[in-house]
Amino acid sequence: MQHFSPSGLSLPSPSRRTMLRGIGGAAVLGAGIPLLSACGGSGSASDPKTVTVGSNASDAVPKKAFADIYAAFKKESGLTVDVNTKDHNTFQEQINSYLQGTPDDVFNWFAGYRMQFFAAKGLATPLDDVWKTIGGNFPDAMHKLSKGEDGKYYFVPLYTYPWALFYRKSVFQEKGYEVPTTWDDFVALCKQMQKDGLVPIAFGDKDAWPALGTFDQINFRANGYDFHVELMAGKASWTDAKVRKAFDLWAEILPYHQEGATGRTWQDAAQTLASKKAGMYLLGTFVGQQFTNEADREDLDFFAFPEIDPSFGQDTVEAPTDGFMLSKAPKNKAGAVKLLQYLGSPAAEEIYLKSDPNVVAASTKADTSSYSALQKKAYEMISGAKSLTQFMDRDSRPDFTSTVMQPALQKFIRDPKGIDSLLSSIERQKKTIFASG
Amino acid sequence: MTTDITKETPEAAAVPPSGASPAKKVPQGHRRLLTRRDRLTLGLMAGLPTFLHIALVWVTAFASIALAFTTWDGIGFDSIKWVGLDNFRELFTNNPQFWPAVQHNVIWFVVLILIPTPLGLFLAVQLDKKIRFSRVYQTAFFLPVVLSMAVIGFVWQLVYNPDTGLINSLIGANEPGKYIDWIGDPDLNLWAILIAASWRHAGYMMILYLAGLKGVDPALREASALDGAGEWQTFKNVIFPTLRPTNTIVLVVTIIEALRAFDLVFVFNKGAEGTELLSILVTNNIIGESSRIGYGSAIAVVLLLISLVVIIPYLVATFRKERRA
Repeated sequence: MQHFSPSGLSLPSPSRRTMLRGIGGAAVLGAGIPLLSACGGSGSASDPKTVTVGSNASDAVPKKAFADIYAAFKKESGLTVDVNTKDHNTFQEQINSYLQGTPDDVFNWFAGYRMQFFAAKGLATPLDDVWKTIGGNFPDAMHKLSKGEDGKYYFVPLYTYPWALFYRKSVFQEKGYEVPTTWDDFVALCKQMQKDGLVPIAFGDKDAWPALGTFDQINFRANGYDFHVELMAGKASWTDAKVRKAFDLWAEILPYHQEGATGRTWQDAAQTLASKKAGMYLLGTFVGQQFTNEADREDLDFFAFPEIDPSFGQDTVEAPTDGFMLSKAPKNKAGAVKLLQYLGSPAAEEIYLKSDPNVVAASTKADTSSYSALQKKAYEMISGAKSLTQFMDRDSRPDFTSTVMQPALQKFIRDPKGIDSLLSSIERQKKTIFASG
Repeated sequence: MTTDITKETPEAAAVPPSGASPAKKVPQGHRRLLTRRDRLTLGLMAGLPTFLHIALVWVTAFASIALAFTTWDGIGFDSIKWVGLDNFRELFTNNPQFWPAVQHNVIWFVVLILIPTPLGLFLAVQLDKKIRFSRVYQTAFFLPVVLSMAVIGFVWQLVYNPDTGLINSLIGANEPGKYIDWIGDPDLNLWAILIAASWRHAGYMMILYLAGLKGVDPALREASALDGAGEWQTFKNVIFPTLRPTNTIVLVVTIIEALRAFDLVFVFNKGAEGTELLSILVTNNIIGESSRIGYGSAIAVVLLLISLVVIIPYLVATFRKERRA
C-alpha cells in the first residue's frame, strides 16, 4: 500500500483521523496489558542470579519476616530473591490461572489435598532432590504432608500451628475448673460454665469456615484419622452412620455454643473470650492476634480437644502447615532448588518465627529456646501427634468445601434437627463434584 | 501496534490528493463522496467498537452458554468435558441453594417495587412543591445512591452486628438468651438487607420521579385547579398519567436492580442461608479456588434467561411504539 505515496517528504501533521487511529491502537494495547500482567510472573527471571517467588504474605509482619529470610539467603548463596507479593485472599483465588500462566519459580502454598491437587495436575515440579538434603530436619508427619499422591515430594513446609480449645487461665483458676480430657468431662464443664453465667464455647461462623474446624475435631476424635481422611477425599459416604454420630455429638454441645454464631465473625467471638464472657473457644493459635494486651496474652492457654473414642484418644492434631512449592517450569531451577533447600533449614524457620509469635516451626531442628510458653505447648502438641490434618478446606476439594460444606454446616448450626436430609443432600452434591475429575 | 500506526501514516498522506481531485470535478456517483481515507476511518470507527463489542459481549456470552453444558476446573482446555444437561439437572434437583436464590431475587424485586418506589414517588411529589430547604432534603435522600453498594453493605452490617451493632445495643438484644441475629438468622436477614437496599433505592426513585415531575406542563396543573380538582384528584388523574415514561424507566431500573443484586449481600454476609442470590451462586462457583466453571455457567445461563424473559417484552413494546410513531 505504501507505494501509492507520492513522496515520502511531506509528513502530514496529525489529523483528527490519524489521532483516532492512534487512540484506537492505544486502546487495544491498553486492553492487552492487563491481560498479560494478569498471567503474573516477571519476565526477567532468565538471569541465573535471581530466583522469583510468588508470595501471599501481604500482611506487614509476615512480609517483613520473609524479606529477612531472603536477605539471609542472599548473603549465603549470592542469589537475589525477586518477590512478587499479592494480597493473601486474591492470591488464593487466582491460584488456578496464576499457576497456568507464567508463575514465579517458587510460590507460597499450603500442605495437604490442595497441594496434591496442583501436583497431580502437573502444575508443580517434584522436589525429591531438595528433600534429600532437608529430609533430616523434619519429623515423619511433615514428610507425609509434603508428598503428592504419586509419593514424590512437592512441598517444603515452613511453619505450622495447631487448632485447640483456648481458655483463660485466670478464669479456670477463679472458678475452679479443670481441663477436661474426656467428652463427658467436657460436657459437664460446659454445663457448669453455663450455670456460672459464662458462654461455655465462644463461636462465630459468619465467614463460614470456623465451623469446618469444629466438625474436623469431633469427627477425627470420634471416628479416627483414617476415616476422616477417607471422608475428606470423597471416598467415605456422608450418610455413613459414623458421620451421623459425629453430628449427634456436635448437636449435644451445640446448646453450649455462643448464640447467633452465623452473624458473628471469629474476631468478635474471640473478643468474648478476651473479655472473660466466654469460657472456651475452639480455633487456631492465631486467636492470639485478638489478645492485644500483653497481660491478657500471658493469661491465654489451650488444651487439645477432649477424647471421644478411647481407641483414638487424642492422637490427631489439626495443624495447618504453610510452606513453598516449585512451579511447573521454573526459569532458574538450580537457584530455586537452592532457595528451597535454604527454606527447609532450621535457620530460615528461626528467622521467620522471630517476627510471628503465633506459629511454630515445622522443623524439629529449629531452636525452641526463644519460644513463648504457648509456642512450646503448641510445638509439643504437634510433635507428639500421631497424625496431622490440615483443616477441611485444605484436606478436601476446595469446590466441595466452599460451595457445599460451608453453607451446609451453617444450616446445621442453626437447625441441628434437619441433619438427616442435610447429610443426604451433602452426599448427593459430593458425588457430582468428586465425579467431575 | 505501534508499527501499524506508523504504516498507516504515510498512507494517510497519500490519500488526500486522490480524493481532492475528483472533488473538483462534478461528483459522478455516490461512491466518490467517500475517499479511501474516509472509508478506512469509518471502517475503523465502526469496526473497532464492533470488534470489542463482539469479543467482550457476544463471544463471552456464547462461551458461557457453551460452558454451561460442560464440566471444567479451569485448568487447561483439554480438561473441558461435555456433560449435556447434567449441570442443569444437578442445579434444579440437588442444589439446596438454587430455588431459594431464585425466590430471593423475586422477593427482592417485589419489595423494591412495593416499598421504596412509591416512597420515592411520594418524596418526589413533596419536594416538587417548592417547600423550604428542598435542596437539603433532596441531597439527604439522594446521598445513599451516591455511595457504593459495598459501602452501604458495610455500614448496615455494622448497624445489624448482633453483639456491638446499633440496633441490638439500643433494644438490649445483645445478651445471651435475647439475641436477635439480624445477619445470620434466615428468617430475618433477607428483610434486614432489603431495608438497606430500600434505603438506597428510595433515593434513586425519588430523583427519577423528580425529573419526571419537572417535565409536567404547569398548564395541566392550572387547568385541573380551575376545574376544581383537589390535590389528590389532580395527582391521580392528571399528574400520574403524564409520568408514564418515567414509570417505564422506573420499572426497568428496578428489575435490573433486583437481578444484579450482589455487592450489598456479599459484603453483608456473603449470601449465607436466607440471603442466597443467583449472582452470588455464580460467583461462589466460578471465582475463587472452587472453579466449578461449567456449573457456575449453568447458573449464569439461568440468570440470563430470566433477564431475557423480562427484557424482551419491554423491547418489543418499545419498538412497536416507535414504529407506530
